[in-house]
Amino acid sequence: MIYKNVGRVLHLLSLLVFLAFTLFPFYWMVSSSFKDQTDLLASPPVWTFVPSMAHYAEVWQDEKVFAAIRNSLIVASATTFLAIVLGAPAAYSLARFQFKGKKDLWFWFISNRMISPIVLALPIYLLAQSAGMLDTHLVLILIYLSFCLPIVVWICTDQFRSIPPDLEQAARLDNANQWDIFWRIYVPLGVPGIAVSAIFSFIFSWNELLYALVLTRSNVQTAPVIATSYMSGYELPWGKIMATGTLIVLPVTVFALFVSRHMVRGLTMGATK
Amino acid sequence: MTDPLVADATTSAPAQRAYLAHGRWTPMWFLAPAVLTLFAIGIYPTLFALVTSLRKYNLTRARDGFPFIGLENYQTVLTDSTFWQTLWRTARFFMTVMPVEIVLGIVIALLLHKPGWSFTRSLVRVSLVVPLATTYAVVGLIGRLIFNRDFGVANQFGNWLGFESLDWLGSQVGAFAAIAMMDIWQWTPFCALIFLAGLSMVPNEVEEAARLETSSYFALLRHVQLPYLLPGFTAMLILRSADVLKLFDMVFTMTRGGPGAATDLVSVYIQRVGFRIFDMGVASAQAILLLILTIFISRLFITLFYREIDA
Repeated sequence: MIYKNVGRVLHLLSLLVFLAFTLFPFYWMVSSSFKDQTDLLASPPVWTFVPSMAHYAEVWQDEKVFAAIRNSLIVASATTFLAIVLGAPAAYSLARFQFKGKKDLWFWFISNRMISPIVLALPIYLLAQSAGMLDTHLVLILIYLSFCLPIVVWICTDQFRSIPPDLEQAARLDNANQWDIFWRIYVPLGVPGIAVSAIFSFIFSWNELLYALVLTRSNVQTAPVIATSYMSGYELPWGKIMATGTLIVLPVTVFALFVSRHMVRGLTMGATK
Repeated sequence: MTDPLVADATTSAPAQRAYLAHGRWTPMWFLAPAVLTLFAIGIYPTLFALVTSLRKYNLTRARDGFPFIGLENYQTVLTDSTFWQTLWRTARFFMTVMPVEIVLGIVIALLLHKPGWSFTRSLVRVSLVVPLATTYAVVGLIGRLIFNRDFGVANQFGNWLGFESLDWLGSQVGAFAAIAMMDIWQWTPFCALIFLAGLSMVPNEVEEAARLETSSYFALLRHVQLPYLLPGFTAMLILRSADVLKLFDMVFTMTRGGPGAATDLVSVYIQRVGFRIFDMGVASAQAILLLILTIFISRLFITLFYREIDA
């Protein structure tokens, strides 16, 4: 009995330790954004302080930050939408049909996710330059599809495969066409997988830095580019950096928390059998 | 409509794996949009990079034109000791962070899977999303603040435990450890979520039956739960090895590859060659070699562990 209670307490303690571990850097960023300059540079760091809104006021004055967040929002939403619309049907096809070369096709999809952005960044830069597409939303959306589509295909294929084929067979007996079957059976039942791949697409494109750094100038700079732009010089404006960081991270975190209940169900990675 | 389907539908009790009969072109209609898009944005630029890698292509000397020079760029890269060093450093980085992330990930997943304390458990599960969603570039900025020599909180924790203050980002080992720790912070939750998803696939009856059979926790883990963890394990190795090969944002904002070359990972180096030195020919050759390496590694992992899409 005592042994069991010790186990329970240990369980709770370890859970709390991990809770602190996952939240601490995030907490440190947010709390630093409310410290005034003296508290920020205090050595050793202070844990209690009078919160100050000064850095947010400073960011508020800076139109670039909001323009950047808007750019990120446009690019990430458009990418996510396109990745789902293009990727989910492909995943259905890979999950339910048998055809020649399927394995290679699947691998080709996945390997696109593996490609380092630097491989594509160089040619895309040169191509976009000659097409006059540098510094547009479109070029970012297109290039972000190169890593979002594979994620959607991968996660949704696994998800669709776990849906019992009997359902589809029953629908076929009712003369439903293939598109109806996909739309009315696989999409509704595959929501966890679709949701998770949407979260990942959104997070990945919201957070991407390398392409954005290379392919944008002043017009469509995204949020991560702005965050890195304060880093020149020796004395860094820590308060402003952390306030901007908080503003950038907050929307995507809220979005992710909102859909996180699907997260575990959608990430089975094929462990269905 | 008297096709094999009807027979199939009546006799298919364990039909989970059954593929469905379909018209010859049906799969293509569903696949075509994704394949064409990915082809245009993936293959075409890759071919362009391939061609560029065979040329003398220095943007600062565009007036000389971009003549073909055969494999000279590849020769430059393969004999460039910096390139090999950055690759080796990247491999070392992977071997440092991956075991920690796997072990912590399994521990967290098991803690979350264990019954009891349901409120705290769901709190932890939800909190796992936070590091995952944090912008990588911002993670680097947070790391710079946390590991600052003078006002960083890492040194404060160290002092509490009785260690001397370190100049983390100013020393070779310290900077490497610091980027490793930030990577572990960001990606352990991902591992935990994937393992948790695997654990949740173990049928309840099986797990309960096994608990009646054995009181050994490790026997349960080894024989009942582990098989369900394997697919996720593979997926994670593939994804993480590719991620480390392309790791750029966090290192770029945290250390820019320094001090010296202590955190100069391969992607950071190629970015510098391409967009600071503007030697697109050499950078493309590096990128193509990196691509070959990536495909080789993921093929290896897939054939070793992942037997998913077999017909």
